[in-house]
Parts: sequence; C-alpha cells; structure tokens
Amino acid sequence: MHWRYDITGVDTVTLHFGERIELALVNPIQQAAQALRQQLGARLLDVVPSYTSIMLRYNLLKDDLASLMADVAPLLNNLSTSTNSQLATNIIEIPIWYDAKVGPDLPRIAELAGITEQQVIELHSSQPYQVFAIGFAPGFAYLGEVPEQLAAPRLATPRIKVPAGSLGIADTQTALYPLASPGGWNLIGRTPLTLFDPKREPASLLNAGQQVKFRAINFAEYQALGGQLDD
Amino acid sequence: MTKTTKPKNGLEIINAGFLTLLQDAGRNQVMHQGLANGGAMDRHAWAWANRLLGNNYNTPALEITFGGLQLISQVATRIAITGAEVPFTINGQPQALWSSINLMPGDKLQLDAPKAGLRSYLAVGGGFSVPQNLGGSCATLVREGTGGQNENGQKVAEGDLLPCQSLTTKELAQQSFKVPAANIPDYKQPLLLDVILGAQVDRFPAASLARFFNETYRLSPQMDRMGARLDGPPLKVIGERLISEGISLGAIQVTADGQPIILLNDRQTIGGYPKLGAVTPRSLDALAQRLPGSEVRFKAVSLHQAQLREKEFLQFFNKKSPTK
Repeated sequence: MHWRYDITGVDTVTLHFGERIELALVNPIQQAAQALRQQLGARLLDVVPSYTSIMLRYNLLKDDLASLMADVAPLLNNLSTSTNSQLATNIIEIPIWYDAKVGPDLPRIAELAGITEQQVIELHSSQPYQVFAIGFAPGFAYLGEVPEQLAAPRLATPRIKVPAGSLGIADTQTALYPLASPGGWNLIGRTPLTLFDPKREPASLLNAGQQVKFRAINFAEYQALGGQLDD
Repeated sequence: MTKTTKPKNGLEIINAGFLTLLQDAGRNQVMHQGLANGGAMDRHAWAWANRLLGNNYNTPALEITFGGLQLISQVATRIAITGAEVPFTINGQPQALWSSINLMPGDKLQLDAPKAGLRSYLAVGGGFSVPQNLGGSCATLVREGTGGQNENGQKVAEGDLLPCQSLTTKELAQQSFKVPAANIPDYKQPLLLDVILGAQVDRFPAASLARFFNETYRLSPQMDRMGARLDGPPLKVIGERLISEGISLGAIQVTADGQPIILLNDRQTIGGYPKLGAVTPRSLDALAQRLPGSEVRFKAVSLHQAQLREKEFLQFFNKKSPTK
C-alpha cells in the first residue's frame, strides 16, 4: 500500500494514504488502523483514522519518532500484500422516521431535487453508505455518498440546536447527530436509536469503515423503539 | 451484624467559582470515537500539585479557572494548590501556594480572583475518588456531556461533595513539601511559545511565515479549553481547505481570515484547516495561564529538542514521588 507520513506534533505523526476522498481507501485505512492497534498496542495512545489518513499519537516514554516509524513502516509495507479485507462486512441497519416533523428540511430537499418526499426517502434509503470518518463530536459519523440528486449545501445559518438522532445531508455526505448540538446539515429524519453512550462498549454505534443502511419506519414504530418528538 | 452505609466524605463545595472541573492527564484511545482528549490545561502546575502529596501521575484534581472557589472540608486531609497566583486562605488565614498543607474537618478554604495567571489546581492526598472510565480519565467535557464526577460532563457546582479519603495521623504529621522556586513559573513574563513546524508549512508563503515568527500576536477573548484565537498580522494560506484529518494537541490552524488558532485539550478530533505546526506541550502549560490581551511570540524548535523536553517531564512526574 502506498503511504507517506507527516510530523504533526510532539507526539503525533500522520500517515497519508491518498490525496482524494474515495471509497477505495476506506477499507485499506481501516485495515491499517486495526493492524497498528494490534501490533503496537499501548505504544499508541490514539489511532485516529479519517478519509485519507491515520493520525498516530504515541507514548514518548516508550518511543521517539525513529523507533516508532521503524516498526510502523514494515507493518504498512507488508500490509500491501494482503488483498482481502479482514473487517466484518455486516451492514448496520438504522431505522429512520423520515418526516418533516423531525426532518424540517425534507420538503426543501424534495423541491430542490424536483421529486416527491416519498421519492427522497426511497432514494436515501435504497443504498448502503460507508462510514468514512468519525469526528466533529462523539460518535458523529460522516457517511457517503448520497445520490447526486439529494446533495444539498449546508445551511447558511446553522441551527442552534439539532436534536440527538437527527439525520442530515450536507453536499454528498449524510450523517446522524449522536448528541444534541448546533448544526448546519439539512435534516430529513430521525432515528430512535442511541448512537452514542459513553457507558456502552463500544460507546459509538458507528465506527469508521463500517457500512450503514437506513430503513424507513413510520411514527408508530419510531415511538415503539423509544423515539421522541422533542427533547 | 447490621449493615451501615459508610458516610460520604470529602470536600463540600460552597461556591464553585466561574469554572471548576475535575481533570487528570486526559483520555487515551478514544479520539477515533470523536471524543476529545481533555485533561489539565496546565499540566506542569497540575502534576506538581499531585506530586506534593505523593499522588500518582494520573490522579484527578480540580482545575479552577479564575479562582472564586470556596469549600468546607469534611475530612482530615492534605491538599496543595498550584498554578495561578491567587489569594488563598484557610479559615481566613493566608496560605502558601505550591506547598502541601493540612486541611481539617470544618476548615473553610477560599480562593479569590488571581493576581496573575488564570488556572489553579487543587489536589488532595490520595486524589479525588471519581470514575476514570472513559479513556482511563476523569476529564470533564462539558460540550460532550462526558466525564467528571457523575460522568455527564457537568462542571463542579455548589453543593457537590467531592469524595476523598481521610489521611492517617501519621500521614498528617509528615513535613510539608514545597515546589522548588525554580519550578514556579512567573505568569507575568512575556510569552514565547515553542513551535514544531508541520508538513503543511508549505501552504504558507515565506513572507507569512517570517511574519508569524517575527511579530507579536495577542490572545483574543475567544479562548477556551478548545482553542485560543490570536489577533495579529494575518497569514496568507495557499490553496484550498484540506481533507479532514486528526488534529494534534497544540496544532496551529489558520482559518480563512488568516488568524491563527491554537487547538487545545478539548479540541474536536478531526478538521481540515491548514496547520502551520504545533505548539509544544511545555509551552501550552504557560499559554494556559495567560489572559486575553496577553502578548504572544513564537519560536521554531526541532522535534528532537521538543521530544526530549516532553520525555523529561513525563519521566520526572511518572517516577514515584519522594514525598511518599
């Protein structure tokens, strides 16, 4: 696998695997992250995968840059020979109540696309999405890519409070808000699932590299699964 | 045998001040979940407070921003307060900072507003008995609603009882320890921050880099535990935003208006603004004690030099303290 590294801090180094966001990078990056965690263990204080990179935070009581890279380099170079992903390929299904009551931008997305709300729901829930990265907030998963027809720019003025579980679209990405927070994504629905719970192991339902598929549910099912109308 | 519930013991908060948080060295192995590292903003002052009491390195202590704390002890214990130069009394009697001091049941401790510096650290013998579950840390992240005494991100509030143990008579009879004067920083000194240049330094024209390292910036009022914004000569950035990637502690990110922001303990985990480099952790300790308006200058240092200094710090404070 082709890679390079940058020094990004006193105890961090960032590995780069590509220069563009592309689906083909998701699995290799997750494989590399997993291998690094397994083989370097406590020498790494954090392994932070993103779209095209992995940031490593290492323990200066155990390593300096040279000793770390002496083990990271062969590990990554040998990884290129393994062809198939060892990662679980199961798709996580997330129930969504797509409705203007919890997704106030649904009518506008439909209008922009020139289709009905029902068609937006069908389009959005018809395909699996890849978790490209986790960030912004605990358990916030950047999913891609939404059908071109549904792509919509972020709101000019972000909402002060987006309720937990909200499903949004920004450009060709889609994401769920695990916790109530400010946010500028176009909201089209909400899940009743708890996406992030620090007392759960793992705390985040979604992790980078996983696949997600949305299943449209009605209000009755949303309520039955514990969904709320307002926080 | 009758089962009795053990009485809760600790320090009872009368006034929590502006912002008081439980903090330790911060979280590990959680950034990939989008959780911030957190941890004491001034690790130098925080680590000395624990060391004065013979506590282990990662022991939870209170981080008190801008003083104003009042509490009553329910236990016989020993405490140490380090960091900001703040008037500090027990039962109205002035006490020394950077020293270990006994605190008896009923004693009232008070911190006023700092005369210099911004953050105080209050450590207690044996540490506060609070959960260190998330990433091995008690770090309180208000924005995330994680960490702290009740693991919900709440800051310390009036009426809270911060649990800690009673010390034995023998432990209380030990001599008092003081931090050597050479290790007590002067927070009124002009600030010169060490910077490790990052790989994206080529995004900044030579003239902008020269400006960054030769001119003086001021800390803007927009500073918190996530980041410190600087006001000063704007920097030019070549090219577009980057693809979001992990953000290291101290990263100097430059936004569209050309003003640098130093990203701190509670920063978000990934981001796409170009980064000039990173301020070293030893320099961030000093930054954590400066108020808005303070002058800041920057100096480039080698990675090797910065790693040696950080390693020295970690080795010193991870060694068993001589006070036990």
